[in-house]
Amino acid sequence: MESIILIITASLFFTGIVIRVKSMASGRKGPGILQPLRDIARNMKKGGVYSETSGIIFKIAPSIYTGTLITASLCIPLGDRPGILSFQWDFVFFVYTLALGKFLMVIAALDTGSSFEGMGASREAFFSMLMEPAMFMVMGSFAILTGKTSFSGIFAALHGTGISNAVSYTMAALSAIIIMLVGMVENSRMPVDDPKTHLELTMIHEVMILDNSGFDLGLIMYSSCLKFAVFGAVAAGLFMKPGAGFFADAGIFFLVQLCYAVFTGFMESFMARFRMRNNPQFIYTITAATLLIFIGAVHASGIAGGKMPW
Amino acid sequence: MTDKIKDIVRIKNCETVKLDRIPILQYADFIELNSSLVKDGMRHLSHYFAAPAGKNLRIISIVADDAAGDIICSSSLVPNDRPLSSATALHQSFHPFERDIHEKYGLHYTDHPWLKPLRFPAGIKHPKDMTEYPFYSYEGEDLHEVGVGPIHAGVIEPGHFRFICNGEKVLHLEIQLGYQHRGVEELFIKKKSLLERVILSESIAGDTTNGNAAAFSQLYESLCGFRPGEHLSFVRTLALELERMAIHTGDLSALAGDVAYQLGNAVFGRLRTPIINYTQSWGGNRLGRGLIRPGRTNFPYTSELAESLVKIFNEYEPHYTEMADTLFARPSVQARFEKTGILSKEDILAMGTVGTPARSTGVKRDIRSTHPHGYYLSFKHEPVLLPQGDVYARAYIRDREIRQSMSLIRKMITAIPAVDKNVDLSEKKCASESLSVSLVEGWRGEICHAAITDKNGNIALYKIKDPSMHNWFALAMAVRGEEISDFPLCNKSFNLSYCGHDL
Repeated sequence: MESIILIITASLFFTGIVIRVKSMASGRKGPGILQPLRDIARNMKKGGVYSETSGIIFKIAPSIYTGTLITASLCIPLGDRPGILSFQWDFVFFVYTLALGKFLMVIAALDTGSSFEGMGASREAFFSMLMEPAMFMVMGSFAILTGKTSFSGIFAALHGTGISNAVSYTMAALSAIIIMLVGMVENSRMPVDDPKTHLELTMIHEVMILDNSGFDLGLIMYSSCLKFAVFGAVAAGLFMKPGAGFFADAGIFFLVQLCYAVFTGFMESFMARFRMRNNPQFIYTITAATLLIFIGAVHASGIAGGKMPW
Repeated sequence: MTDKIKDIVRIKNCETVKLDRIPILQYADFIELNSSLVKDGMRHLSHYFAAPAGKNLRIISIVADDAAGDIICSSSLVPNDRPLSSATALHQSFHPFERDIHEKYGLHYTDHPWLKPLRFPAGIKHPKDMTEYPFYSYEGEDLHEVGVGPIHAGVIEPGHFRFICNGEKVLHLEIQLGYQHRGVEELFIKKKSLLERVILSESIAGDTTNGNAAAFSQLYESLCGFRPGEHLSFVRTLALELERMAIHTGDLSALAGDVAYQLGNAVFGRLRTPIINYTQSWGGNRLGRGLIRPGRTNFPYTSELAESLVKIFNEYEPHYTEMADTLFARPSVQARFEKTGILSKEDILAMGTVGTPARSTGVKRDIRSTHPHGYYLSFKHEPVLLPQGDVYARAYIRDREIRQSMSLIRKMITAIPAVDKNVDLSEKKCASESLSVSLVEGWRGEICHAAITDKNGNIALYKIKDPSMHNWFALAMAVRGEEISDFPLCNKSFNLSYCGHDL
């Protein structure tokens, strides 16, 4: 319960902080932290415009997309406090709930019949597919390491139970970076995509939602804030020590979210995005880095006596 | 060819020549001569248009001889109801010009590869509606078509782009323009007052105000037999170079924005402002409107203006240099710029491309150096040339030209010529039955204005060529085989004019 409240709180400020960091990095003042929220609220008040060629899928997709994101965020625990949805193998459920939302968005984009959106949909589907193994490699490695298969079980057992803290924190740090990068790819942010360019031929996610307007667009915009916070929450969970108390956990949670937002802001300020055909390489590199965690996990669990969860 | 070389007349930039001095050739000889003139790349087609002559059309060809610094004029009389063989079939650089003649006079070419009206001006009767003209099409299921525009997503200017793609790869891009057609050339004849005409010339392309106003003014002065004084030439050159600096800086900002390099986007965007603000403090308009007038200047350049410009440059230069050096050294930017949208020198020569895209492949086409006029005659301009022909080269050439213009201006303003007496040219008579050609190197490339007067000395035909006329097709060639997601970047690296093309 605590975790979903924290995630929603973080999601309210996340994009605002990213934009603020970007503005400051380019020597500008920038809008207030809450400006993205105001934009979302403004959009939510508007009525939607629907093309005659699009059908029911296009209308329901944004709501389902947001629904899947909220459902997925219910799985995330806060340290050893389980999320509202917590069961064995819930991280598999987490990944595929997100995938379901994405699938809906992809077919909704195809539903519009626009050649841009078809292009965006194909790119989004392609990059998501490449991205999938990375998340599983990370969580699977931790399952091997801890012998647990749920988010809360893994987070509770990661530090201070048999494995030396040096090893577990190193792996947590590496995994946190990978999860953050996965979050950026999932959210179609730099360096894979740039939501700011607004060139329909170049974008991935933004081009898919060109036809969405009003409340639907507001939902999609909020979902992307929430997605950042969800991935930030997973990354934060890797650093929480069991029994540390709510305020310590919440402190770690917000610190990691803040670092994530600032990191995203800097990344988007000081480098150019990749050429589209180099994106897969970037994603492969992320996936390859997860192998380090896997090897580390196998090695460390061997020392700790090897606790395979299955 | 040598036996036909006597059938041409050579003039200098901004020179007026009597129409009867321009030789009239047999059509077959005419296209053969002109295509062979431009074939080796030492000369290029500057303008090619038709002038009504009774029941016939007189096709006039203006070829710029880059080595000799001359302009070669020749013409041919053709009946406009009989199909002709096309010069495009002999050399591709005639392609947009023959389409222009076709759309204006309905002249039919038998072997033109893509005889479709260029922009379809309203008011001229055509058998078909524009939508009935074909676009390139494809068969089979592995290809798909992406249509962009005519309404631009960023609501700049309208143009229609059709991509035929195989996945992410562009096989062909067809660019259809004409949505900005305003009938500018006809207005030059309709509007009789000189002030109206020069204001009109400033509006040909809003981003090349000074370039087009200078081209018109020099052409009109040449028709009146007026030689601009030193101060007048000085002011024009200064205005042109300031325009170049401002627009190039803005282009670098947009190029950085297209690869999502935020720092470059923000810093260059800010740096454009002091330059255009300076133009405003000088002539009352940020884009230079009102600065250039035939025979006169309303805003003489003073030493106080020079002092404030030095101050602005001293602030501009360190920031600009630091940002430009950072931009071109940043690996992620290099990864996007390099080897994107490559044009080969052969393609450039075949298409008759001018301006920065031509210079970025090492083709030396710069009016300031090959056909200097006015102040440019007082020194030897060395154009910046790069060999690669990719987006990086087109961006980097802008950087080099900004620095070059800045050092030129710094040198210029140390010696401001004495102010000349303003002359009112509106009462002066233009040379009758003459052709006048004026070439100006705008920031985008070579601008060519040409006018023909009737026997009373009134302008009977006014023809404008923006460099975009040559270069739009070069853009289509540059994205061929590239990823469709690189199109916006390639497009920005050319930054061509819609309204300058559509007129």
